[in-house]
Amino acid sequence: MSKTNLTRRGVLRTGAATGAGLALPTIFTSAASAFTNAPGDSEVTLGFNVPQTGPYADEGADELRAYELAVEHLNGGGDGGMLSTFSSKALDGTGILGREVKYVTGDTQTKSDAARASAKSMIEKDGAIMITGGSSSGVAIAVQGLCQEAGVIFMAGLTHSNDTTGKDKKANGFRHFFNAYMSGAALAPVLAQRYGKDRKAYHLTADYTWGWTQEESIVSATEALGWETVNTVKTPLAATDFSSYIAPVLNSGADVLVLNHYGGNMVNSLTNAVQFGLREKQVNGKNFEIVVPLYSRLMARGAGENVKGILGSTNWHWSLQDEGSQAFVRSFGTKYGFPPSQAAHTCYVQTLLYADAVTRAGSFNPCAVAEALEGYEFDGLGNGPTLYRAADHQCFKDVLVVQGKENPQSEFDLLEVVEVTPAEQVTYEPDHPMFDGGNLGECNPGA
Amino acid sequence: MFGLSKKDTTFLLIVCFLTLATPILLQPFPEGSAGATFNAGYPDLMQRFAIFGIFAIGFNILFGLTGYLSFGHAAFLGVGSYSVVWMYKLLDYNVIPGLLLAIVTSAIFALAIGYVSLRRTGIYFSILTLAFAQMSFNLAYSVLTPLTNGETGLQVYTDDPQILMGENSPTSPHLFGLVMRDSVQIDIGGWLFTFNIGYYFCAVIAILAFYLSLRIFRSPFGMMLRAIKTNQTRLNYTGLNSRPYTLAAFVISGMYAGLAGGLMAAMDPLAGAERMQWTASGEVVLMTILGGAGTLMGPILGAGFIKYFENIFSKINDNMLHQWFGWMPDGMEDALIFISHFFVGKSWHLTLGLLFMLVVIFLPGGLVEGGQRIARWVRGRRKKGSGDDPEHHPKPAPHVAE
Repeated sequence: MSKTNLTRRGVLRTGAATGAGLALPTIFTSAASAFTNAPGDSEVTLGFNVPQTGPYADEGADELRAYELAVEHLNGGGDGGMLSTFSSKALDGTGILGREVKYVTGDTQTKSDAARASAKSMIEKDGAIMITGGSSSGVAIAVQGLCQEAGVIFMAGLTHSNDTTGKDKKANGFRHFFNAYMSGAALAPVLAQRYGKDRKAYHLTADYTWGWTQEESIVSATEALGWETVNTVKTPLAATDFSSYIAPVLNSGADVLVLNHYGGNMVNSLTNAVQFGLREKQVNGKNFEIVVPLYSRLMARGAGENVKGILGSTNWHWSLQDEGSQAFVRSFGTKYGFPPSQAAHTCYVQTLLYADAVTRAGSFNPCAVAEALEGYEFDGLGNGPTLYRAADHQCFKDVLVVQGKENPQSEFDLLEVVEVTPAEQVTYEPDHPMFDGGNLGECNPGA
Repeated sequence: MFGLSKKDTTFLLIVCFLTLATPILLQPFPEGSAGATFNAGYPDLMQRFAIFGIFAIGFNILFGLTGYLSFGHAAFLGVGSYSVVWMYKLLDYNVIPGLLLAIVTSAIFALAIGYVSLRRTGIYFSILTLAFAQMSFNLAYSVLTPLTNGETGLQVYTDDPQILMGENSPTSPHLFGLVMRDSVQIDIGGWLFTFNIGYYFCAVIAILAFYLSLRIFRSPFGMMLRAIKTNQTRLNYTGLNSRPYTLAAFVISGMYAGLAGGLMAAMDPLAGAERMQWTASGEVVLMTILGGAGTLMGPILGAGFIKYFENIFSKINDNMLHQWFGWMPDGMEDALIFISHFFVGKSWHLTLGLLFMLVVIFLPGGLVEGGQRIARWVRGRRKKGSGDDPEHHPKPAPHVAE
């Protein structure tokens, strides 16, 4: 008896659930608004998604500092930083479109899954209208894809892989940071000039997407100048001891070692290479040289003495003398007591660029914002005249070639700028083979 | 009902109720209030509760019943995700083919890994599974990049074949037209409740998974697995070959993990290699132990607990702390913020670690044991004066389903 009772109830329950399930989408469509997370009249929420734990936690902490500074400046606090040097004067320190800027933070853990979970909670729970940050290309690409689906703007933080604005580019994603191709294009002429055109290079490459695009870019840029690539060896990302990879370099006949490593990998591989005495070696009658294509101050600090004289490229450095950079370094230094890293710079600039685009567009609608950013030319943000190219949402600007300083004055003064490579020299066609494949798709305003 | 005893039926119904009412239960604070930060009733997190609940239930079938501690279950999670995303790429965004494939491929993987690993027991078994999982991770991360898209993670591109994709097909995961991402929001006096299709899809599967595990726990097969945990040597001496049983348990729990991984990709169309890393395998072990290994409800509680900390505590930043403690005198405010700094935001791991230690030290049976103790305490107080001598009472063995 009780059995039939319960089954009937079960049938009713299933029926009700199915009915509700079928009814849901209709209710949903009727309540649709113009775009995801349209802000209210007094506040707008931005989502800062940075690695707070894991291998890039240092970069993440610096990014977060920059974001807090940017929010302060947007809301009219502090000394205004780059707002005064920015070529666009749309921002006046009253928030964005008269709304006070609020923010939420999250931890990407430098894992695509965690980063997406964190970004999702910002979008679904906190109503963030824009997501920004990150310190690895894998995360940037994952979050960029998510923002495209959810219908919010993604302003990439530190991501250097060609794929971010190459085969994985998305209409809702924008990158200010430079990329591997640009590193190669900027670095190769300086290498040829310093070390000659008749060199044999040996590559050690971190075995993942960023490493490969980095290696591909450097190989093609240096080979175009007459260098020969002796060998390219992939090293596992988790490796901490590179001795076994360094030893074969000595017998390969190569006279330049290129380390396509980032973060802790680079610190360890460079230290191993120096310990093996590579830098004192003479091969083919030339001094043996080491090159680190992507440099950051935080890495230079980790590698200590070993970086002296080693060439590489970076997006920005705090010792730049232009007005914008100085204004940024001043306000960052006043607030935190030390100069910002390149990660902090790109994140700060991205926030300003977003706010400016919203103001110029007069709307928070992601499609309007994207339109305002596409093909936008600006100046005064530390990298000279810059173009946000419409075809792939990549910024084109000068790239810095730097080298480890011989006599550093402080723990922050580790790199010196050797050359500022003009933007024309690092510009490529949107359908360049290294970037080919994906397409931007349609801008998605969500909801 | 459903071939369960009365007590189990009630238990199952309670679980059903809790699962289906989650969007309401997890939203205890009204929007805009200070406590709103602690609300967890948004789709992504609720989906994670259900998915990791399934993962932990499956893991518990192996670890809780047979005592074999696998450190490689994340491999199946990853395999499941990749299967689903590949089905998106080849067919269309309907989740069903992907989920079926996820279960099948993870079963094949589990069979292969289990066949080798189960030749050893104890720590050797754990290390073998760990090695296999790390191998899968490294394969997915770099070697098999054409298949997995490496570090970047497998995504659907506009130029993928998607042969079943029609003109008006949804462009995100759906179940025969019901789009997973869609939800309906109901605002009741400041409380905002989000009922998400994806969550309910996961919830229904989670209930089925739970029911299945309940049946396994109560079956002769489950009894055999418990016998293996108690004393495998003795079982072997009776002339029984225990390996088919352990292998079956391993494959079943691998399929659960594959299903969970598939659901992750069904909610969010991306499969990343990190899902297979050993930290992910360790996480499910933590979930199970934190909640209570060998109990039915424990792993689900543990999964919810860890996911809550990961997603809610990690998002509390200094700014919020200042808002909360702003009313206090300056010195006190700074001191409190300084202290709480160690427990929220990027330090959420520390809070979780402390809680884990407390649970392991004081409640070796996990959160479930905590619940049982409270229940016993309440019951004990009620029973006082009934004339029973509490000192001379055979201790009731805790019901395995509690």
